Amino acid sequence: MPFIPHTENEINAMLESIGVKQIDDLFGEVPKELRAGELTKIPHGLSEMQMTQLMTERGAQDGRPVCFIGAGAYDHYVPAAVWQITTRGEFYTAYTPYQAEASQGTLQLIYEFQSMMTTLTGMDVSNASVYDGASSLAEAILMSVRANRKSKSKRILVPRNVNPTYRSATHTLVNGQNIELIDVPYDADTGCINLDALKAFEGEDFAAVVIQQPNFFGSLEDVDAITDWAHANNALVIGIVNPLAMSILKPAGQWGEAGADIACGDGQPLGAPLSSGGPYYGIMTCKKALVRQMPGRIVGRTVDEDGKEGFVLTLQAREQHIRRSKATSNICTNQGLVVTASTIHMSILGAAGLENAASQSHLNTASLVEKVCAIEGVEKVFNSASFHETVIKLNKPAKAVLDAMTNENIIGGFDLADNYPELGDAILVCATEQRTEKQIDQYVGALTKALSEV
Amino acid sequence: MLIFEHSKRGLHKRDTAELKGIPANMRRAEPAKLPEVSELQAVRHFTRLSTRNFSIDTHFYPLGSCTMKYNPRVANSIALMPEFAGRHPLAPEKFSQGFLGCMYELQEMLCEVTGMKGFSLAPMAGAQGEFAGIAMIRAYHDANGDHERREILVPDAAHGTNPATATMCGYTVKEIPTLANGDVNLEALEAAIGPQTAGLMLTNPSTLGVFERQIQKIAKMIHQAGGLLYYDGANLNAILGKIRPGDMGFDVIHSNLHKTFATPHGGGGPGSGAIGVSARLIPFMPIAGVIKDEGQGKELYRWANKTDYPQSIGHLSAFFGNPGVLIRAYVYMRLLGRDGMSRVSEFSTLNANYMMAEMKKAGFQAAIPDRFASHEFIITLKKQAKELHVTAMDFAKRLLDLGYHAPTTYFPLLVPECLLIEPTETESKEDLDGFIKAMVQIQQEAENNPEIVTTAPHTMPVKRLDEVRAAKQLDLSWTVTQAS
Repeated sequence: MPFIPHTENEINAMLESIGVKQIDDLFGEVPKELRAGELTKIPHGLSEMQMTQLMTERGAQDGRPVCFIGAGAYDHYVPAAVWQITTRGEFYTAYTPYQAEASQGTLQLIYEFQSMMTTLTGMDVSNASVYDGASSLAEAILMSVRANRKSKSKRILVPRNVNPTYRSATHTLVNGQNIELIDVPYDADTGCINLDALKAFEGEDFAAVVIQQPNFFGSLEDVDAITDWAHANNALVIGIVNPLAMSILKPAGQWGEAGADIACGDGQPLGAPLSSGGPYYGIMTCKKALVRQMPGRIVGRTVDEDGKEGFVLTLQAREQHIRRSKATSNICTNQGLVVTASTIHMSILGAAGLENAASQSHLNTASLVEKVCAIEGVEKVFNSASFHETVIKLNKPAKAVLDAMTNENIIGGFDLADNYPELGDAILVCATEQRTEKQIDQYVGALTKALSEV
Repeated sequence: MLIFEHSKRGLHKRDTAELKGIPANMRRAEPAKLPEVSELQAVRHFTRLSTRNFSIDTHFYPLGSCTMKYNPRVANSIALMPEFAGRHPLAPEKFSQGFLGCMYELQEMLCEVTGMKGFSLAPMAGAQGEFAGIAMIRAYHDANGDHERREILVPDAAHGTNPATATMCGYTVKEIPTLANGDVNLEALEAAIGPQTAGLMLTNPSTLGVFERQIQKIAKMIHQAGGLLYYDGANLNAILGKIRPGDMGFDVIHSNLHKTFATPHGGGGPGSGAIGVSARLIPFMPIAGVIKDEGQGKELYRWANKTDYPQSIGHLSAFFGNPGVLIRAYVYMRLLGRDGMSRVSEFSTLNANYMMAEMKKAGFQAAIPDRFASHEFIITLKKQAKELHVTAMDFAKRLLDLGYHAPTTYFPLLVPECLLIEPTETESKEDLDGFIKAMVQIQQEAENNPEIVTTAPHTMPVKRLDEVRAAKQLDLSWTVTQAS
């Protein structure tokens, strides 16, 4: 019996202690008509070896294409030590550190994580994570509505160049609380938000303005100007940041005169494997004045009865297990294990290692874009500076071109047609630090071929 | 010592390539103050930190309502295979059939074992599954033009996430009292139901560790009033393979895959709160689930999108939930197979009832002594608290000294001085006996030498921590130390 350690003798002794004849008697209170029959649609069990063989086959079916797609999940290198340490049983199989004395490992690690997030984003405080980038935006928006004392509004300005699934997930998550997300158009030349677009909203009441840096097109926003505009109009600023980019870009806490009020985003670029979309984690940092409006777990440093340093979950009065229907959020479980990996990842790489990965990703994408734009019929769409993603336009149907590139074992980019039909046959491309010069040349070859065949 | 305190400036080298493409005013002026340590220092630091944790792999961890069972290692090694770990979420279908096939089969198995008609893998945790479920209930009523239903009923024994979720979905919450025998108070329920009722959230077996015997009647009452029934799957381990929420009349359920299906708790996540629905809620399922297109003798798996479910409540995440967790759950389910499913509930129930019987014999007071336990049960220490001034928290802390993680304390809120004990099916009789022996020892200590209990723990890296100071003199990060 897989994973069940009972012998026949033990089972009998246990039943005798309880005073029943068979295990089934323990379910005697359940109405007979509710008892399930045989679960015929579930296959019979496999041995570990059979299971490994099956999954090796399934994995081989998918192969390992070369990835030039980002769009919110990035193929960065993760040192081997990161997941080896992360999957030690003591981290992997512990639970939320409710018993602080028996969870100092996890608690100290979260405190270190919070410290790393605050320095990276330039914000005052961080929580222990939320689920992912999209849900971090939703939680940040809910937080801004609670926290903004100058505004009575439940309206939020959200640029169209914010990650489209972040926007739709946020809509799902905040819709029930009558929060309204208002589109802000992006500039057709730069792909960025300019002050003219914002001026149309002047004189209206908004709880917050969202800025994604870099935005979904990979372009760099004029975060200083937007932040100052928002503050001048009594709105809070929510920055969605790529934490790896934060190692080289101006951190959210330093945007404009006063800095962003909340910085959120997806932690995936810091040590989480792509893993088909998750588990990643959501970053949630803010100014210290807002800490009591923050959702999720927060770890604080304190002392024990002997005055010795230790760590505990703190400010729990915000949370669902205490406040129930009046909690700041229903979040309970977060993404602890990925946070563990990320903390180890940042420790091994350090600021220099992150900067190197960020810079090389920027340079690789720049090199890729330069090379593909030399192909006839390919051009850059926006004239703005970018981090490690860029939109390029093709003179052939994007979907067909991307399909053709799969024959060369290349994932050629993200087709923007569904979300931004106004851009025509445009794709979003990304070459992280892992892409070699040879792979970039293969991409150029595959794209050239695809364009000629389609 | 913090990792930052091992840091030495100048250890790491930076590449010197100039980033001409990024304007100076957009650049960072000073490097982030991350630690600068060698790889060995980092490995050693975090390995040492890990040893300051209790975990399933090192200790019996009978945390009620959390299902801390063995997490098979093979599930992890498969999830970390490069073909799965390295797969981009937006990879074309051509590079996805192996993975998506697993996800499709996972949905099918979840439908079968819960008796639901459709499953979405989107929610990233139990609480998000709850959110999705209640949002679907709202979408269903809205689609019927039934806008007056503004209230969700929640028994007072429920997890805190239930009422918090209902609020997030824009509902008001009405609490329903529970009887001393653990069943829902039907009279109070009857009185609470009305045209404003959108639905009821129920955990069965309940957090009191007993099966709600009147479930069919409750389902009928709610359905007759036009409401829907939500099943909180936190305790699915108790009935897995034996009793199906769909057969009990539930319209929507979430399943905590990190509990019932043995994916790791990871020090607080990641989880997965996959949700199952009855036929009438299928159109409202969140994106995404996996669809199998069949035709021309070929099967093609793909993620569902908004076109497939135009009435969907939408996305819950940037991509498709937590596939790395889903893969682990899939592996676990295939290892167990159909017979292994019901063994889970049989042996988790056997273990809980055995512990309860033995603890009653040892003189402890069970909260609901006259009924069978589900996969968990409650001991109340109110007598010890009153007579010996030794509380449930003291027992919990002393257990740590004796090598056992504490059960859940002070939950459910209706039982005073309680310990909610969930042994799970993967613990041996030997370990259960060891825990009971430890409880008996603590009881004796409480009678003879209470101070050793009330000042416990004594053998952990730290003693009891000053939580008031933590909340008042907030110190939440290494660089920022401020008093509020």
